[in-house]
Formats: sequence, structure tokens, C-alpha cells
Amino acid sequence: MARVVVDVMPKPEILDPQGKAVHGALDRLGFGGVADVRQGKRFELEVEGEITEERLAEIRNIAETLLSNPVIEDYAVRVDESVSAEGGAA
Amino acid sequence: MKVGVVTFPGSLDDVDAQRAVRLAGAEPVALWHGDHDLRSVDAVVLPGGFSYGDYLRCGAIARFAPVMTEVVAAAHGGMPVLGICNGFQILCESHLLPGALIRNDHRKFVCRDQRLRIDNAATAWTSSYEAGDEIVVPLKNGEGGFVADEFTLDLLEGEGRVVARYLDDNPNGSLRDIAGITNERGNVVGLMPHPEHAVEDLCGPGTDGLGFFTSVLSALVK
Repeated sequence: MARVVVDVMPKPEILDPQGKAVHGALDRLGFGGVADVRQGKRFELEVEGEITEERLAEIRNIAETLLSNPVIEDYAVRVDESVSAEGGAA
Repeated sequence: MKVGVVTFPGSLDDVDAQRAVRLAGAEPVALWHGDHDLRSVDAVVLPGGFSYGDYLRCGAIARFAPVMTEVVAAAHGGMPVLGICNGFQILCESHLLPGALIRNDHRKFVCRDQRLRIDNAATAWTSSYEAGDEIVVPLKNGEGGFVADEFTLDLLEGEGRVVARYLDDNPNGSLRDIAGITNERGNVVGLMPHPEHAVEDLCGPGTDGLGFFTSVLSALVK
């Protein structure tokens, strides 16, 4: 087993009302020095077998088809190396 | 004339949409999200609500419901398809319409009677109106902000594919006050406000919404 992480973020030019709400809350709580907040999603895919280029291409396809909407979001796919081949966290 | 109304888990306005279809003079047919069957309908309405709990993104899971395979194929073949609110979101996620709907810019759910201007009265769903008509129908959404890139917005405006625009205050931050759009062919229309809630004098702000449902009848007769 291996873990593949897909991060999905609103595109920079797309308004992110949730991020703005979080940013506003930081101000109200007295946490200063944060210029901006954008909120996205993180998906952890537990993948059976070896991670190959083919599997990664398939996961990019998943990210583009379902996990993100390319009209408003960008995604990034990476293998989480902290998860060992036996499936336990390192 | 049969108009199908799809029920997804979490649909809310399917029964109102069926009633609007009946009041317009057509036979409403209930369609189920899990079926690969359009039951010989002549047109389809994707109603409002929160399909699949709006998980992931509004409309993102509904897009892959079995019935949507048939709806997308039929839409490409020219069948009239109207997506209202959540249905509009599903049409965008399905790539039958360009752009996307995001959370309202003011971050509050909005529920009110909304004045609209019909900009395109040549679609399968708006031919009962005249371009420039002003109508009032309910609007209720949390994620109704229509967005698209500048190129797409210019294209939509240039080809007259903006079907309806918000008048008075823009209720959700939709770019260029867009409340509804159509595809190149004019058979697929997505609309954020709810014409199916304005079809009887007894409740709602009037009967301004009925025209969407009478339009499709004349489109089908042609």
C-alpha cells in the first residue's frame, strides 16, 4: 500500500469566500501578521500495489475528473513517502 | 408531451418542478438518478436541492449518476434540458454548460424574490418570453456565484448565450450579473433562480416562472 496525496486549491483568480471568512476570524481573534488565507481540500488515496508512472497518471486523471473542477480549481498529486510499503506510518 | 424530472438523493424541488410541468400542460415523469432510463421523455428538468449532500462540490457527484449518462447524450442530441439551481451546478459539472458556481461572495445563504431580465428569448426554455422582459421569481442559494474566465464570459455575451440577468442587487456575486446561460444550440439552459416556485398565484411572487415550462412545449411542437 502507498499513500498518494491530492491537494486541491481554488485558482488564484477565483474568489475564495471561505478563505476570506477564516482570514476575518483570525483578525477578530487577535492573530496578526497573516496577509491572506485560501482554503482548499486534501485527499489521501490509499493505493494498492506499487506506485508506477501509470498509476500516477491514473490518479491525475481521478484528480482532474472528480476531485477537482479544472474551471475553478488547481490540483497537485504527490506520493506521501512517510507511509511505508507495509502500510504503517514511518 | 412528457417532461422528465430527475430526483437525486437530496433533491428538494423535484415535486414543485413536476407541478410546474403539469400546470404548463405537459405530463411530468419522475426519473430516478440510479436508472439508465429516460422513460421516453421529450425534455428533462434537473431540479434544485442538495444532490448527494453537495459533498465534494455542488453537482460533482450527481454528474456521475447513471441517469446523467443518458441526460448528457440526449442533450447532445438536442433534447431540451433545464437545470435549476443545483441542476445548473450539475450542468456545469457535466460540461454541458461552461463556467462554474461558487459560494456566494457575501458568504450568506440568500432567499428572496428576485427581479430578472430575460436576455435571450430564443432558447427552448424561454420562447414564451420577449427579450427584455422583467420577471420576478424566488431565488435561494448558498453557492450561486457564476464564474468563468474572461474569454468564456465574452463568448457567452457575444453569442447571446446569457439567458437571464439579475436586476437590482446582484444576490451572489455572479460575474456580469449572470443568472442563467445556455449552450450553443439553445436546448440546454442553466438557471440559478427558481421559476418552478412562481407558477401559481396562491403562493410565491406570481406566475412569472411558468413561461419556462410553456416554452419547452412550443419548442417540442416545432
